[in-house]
Amino acid sequence: MKLLVCISNVPDTTTKVRFKDNNTLFDDNGVQWVINPWDELALTRAVELKDDSSSPVSEVHVINVGTAVTEPTLRKCLAIGADKAFRIDLDPKDSYSTAVQIAEFVKDKDYRFIINGISSGDYNGSSVGGMIAELTDLSSVSSVSNIRFENNEPILERDVASGKEYIATSGTTVLIVQKGFAIEPKIPNMRGIMTARSKPLEVIPSVDAEPLVEYIDFRLPEPKGKVKMIESDNLDELVRLLSTEAKVL
Amino acid sequence: MSVLVYVQNFGGKLKKQNFELASYASKIAEAMGTDVAGITIGEIDNEELQKLSKYGVSKLLKAGDPSFNTRINKIYTQIVEQAVEAAGADVVVFPNTNAGKAVAPRLSVRLKAGYVPGVTELPSSYDPFIVSKGVFTGKAFANVKVNTSVKIVSLMINTFGVFEKETDLVIEDFAPQIDTTGVTSKVIDKKLSKEGLSLFDADIVVSGGRGMKSPDNWKPLEELAEVLGAALACSRPVSDEGWRSHEEHVGQTGKIIAPNLYIAVGISGAIQHIAGVSGAKCIVALNNDSDAPIFQVADYGILDDAHKVLPKLVEAFREFKKE
Ligand SMILES: Cc1cc2nc3c(=O)[nH]c(=O)nc-3n(C[C@H](O)[C@H](O)[C@H](O)COP(=O)(O)OP(=O)(O)OC[C@H]3O[C@@H](n4cnc5c(N)ncnc54)[C@H](O)[C@@H]3O)c2cc1C
Ligand SMILES: Nc1ncnc2c1ncn2[C@@H]1O[C@H](COP(=O)(O)O)[C@@H](O)[C@H]1O
Repeated sequence: MKLLVCISNVPDTTTKVRFKDNNTLFDDNGVQWVINPWDELALTRAVELKDDSSSPVSEVHVINVGTAVTEPTLRKCLAIGADKAFRIDLDPKDSYSTAVQIAEFVKDKDYRFIINGISSGDYNGSSVGGMIAELTDLSSVSSVSNIRFENNEPILERDVASGKEYIATSGTTVLIVQKGFAIEPKIPNMRGIMTARSKPLEVIPSVDAEPLVEYIDFRLPEPKGKVKMIESDNLDELVRLLSTEAKVL
Repeated sequence: MSVLVYVQNFGGKLKKQNFELASYASKIAEAMGTDVAGITIGEIDNEELQKLSKYGVSKLLKAGDPSFNTRINKIYTQIVEQAVEAAGADVVVFPNTNAGKAVAPRLSVRLKAGYVPGVTELPSSYDPFIVSKGVFTGKAFANVKVNTSVKIVSLMINTFGVFEKETDLVIEDFAPQIDTTGVTSKVIDKKLSKEGLSLFDADIVVSGGRGMKSPDNWKPLEELAEVLGAALACSRPVSDEGWRSHEEHVGQTGKIIAPNLYIAVGISGAIQHIAGVSGAKCIVALNNDSDAPIFQVADYGILDDAHKVLPKLVEAFREFKKE
């Protein structure tokens, strides 16, 4: 059983976000790039399943739509334990044009699951997984918080408003995974880093796809006013301010 | 022309977030000089649905077949697609919840309609259609232009507010044509969780971090939540340690919420935590370290030991509630 994990390359979560060219472009000067945290958890679980001899998962591939800048991130995926990486050579302009690339790639492959994170830490689209599924006419299961195998058959756990649902699937299925799928990301060890150098990273040309939306410009939120400190023996004052000044009680 | 709102069905009930979303759709419709239609899927009483008449919805398509009670993304997408057609909708409004995120991107592809997820305000322009959304996990906003004839947006819950607008609401049974080929997923079991106040719906959220020191110390936080009618939340290490349920974890890798009031106790205010609560209208921080970054984003701060202050805080709010 082969799994494909879709990897978004995003600025490290502690990055101070800045824009350039009249606020029309993200300023990536000095930015540290990382695997999107959700995708890191998805990959962690996929590799865990591959390493578990009682699960039928035999191979884990990763794919990214991006320019050569993303290759260190893909190498890290290989170091974590992916067997093979693909990069579709395109600077993505929106979720749709990204999804089209991956949909085209998976068409003639036999992945059991195409795994996406719920949201990427840059444009927060929460879209690519669902879009791949619709483009390929596949079933999608979203809000997936766990996967386990029973008699070699995968059972997915999905979070819904009223609790949890357990889902059986057949054939290639797109998963959109969230918290719980794995808890801590796997840190690559020395051996992983060494072997990653010789694992395949294949570059694939992109196909044409018109974006459906256009990011025009960006702005930073209004700076917060200074915090008002309140003495801990004067809590009535806090209650008063919350009620009359902030009007939130 | 119309605006179609996706009315999420919470097991036969509506929640405050449905009314907020209807209010948002209604303001868009007003600006465009048109009406709001809704689509709801699965079993739900008309009496419950009539509540939407207070928020500007004038027509509701009810795909009430019990076989639709469980969400299968592929089927739900077809239902909404046909509702878009039936209502002649130009704008489709989803909640930015798991349920909305499951269907909206699929619909976007099906209709070749540009989708802007996670909007927090009304479009700044309708022709061209431009709306602002959060990017970089709450650290910035982007103006996004949609060039397609149908536009899809999803609204961050609790960021817009509820606005009443009395309307005559007509509820129509809706029987879409569903193609089930290629539906390869099936729900085989369910586990219901106890029905508490959902974090997404709560106006006030009381949250504890590692500074609470032990799961045994949560009693005063629970009391505080009870007095305020608030939901409980926690930081990631607290849920990782198993002190509290994962359902309560907020932040970049947990839930993203936007209550009116967020009370953070013993939480340092790491950037990944703030990513989940930066939409809160007011933040109160209780922490014994004056350098804790939470004080940079808080509106009100108390610098002291949580265990000493919490019982007094509960008392102060209890007194206020009595008045
Ligand atoms: C990719 C990534 C994603 C992440 N996602 C999330 C996320 O979604 N949500 C999240 O919360 N974190 C997330 N984190 C973790 C985050 O970086 C912080 O480690 C975490 O938020 C810290 O939790 P905390 O504030 O409870 O604990 P700490 O950082 O340990 O802070 C405890 C605070 O309590 C105070 N304190 C101690 N004793 C007392 C006392 N007696 N009275 C009052 N105050 C006291 C201390 O001064 C301190 O400020 C993520 C990290 C990474 C790398
Ligand atoms: N450029 C990309 N290349 C590969 N996968 C991506 C890319 N962008 C997003 N994804 C996947 O889609 C998920 C959701 O991203 P988004 O829809 O952009 O919020 C991510 O967690 C990834 O799994």
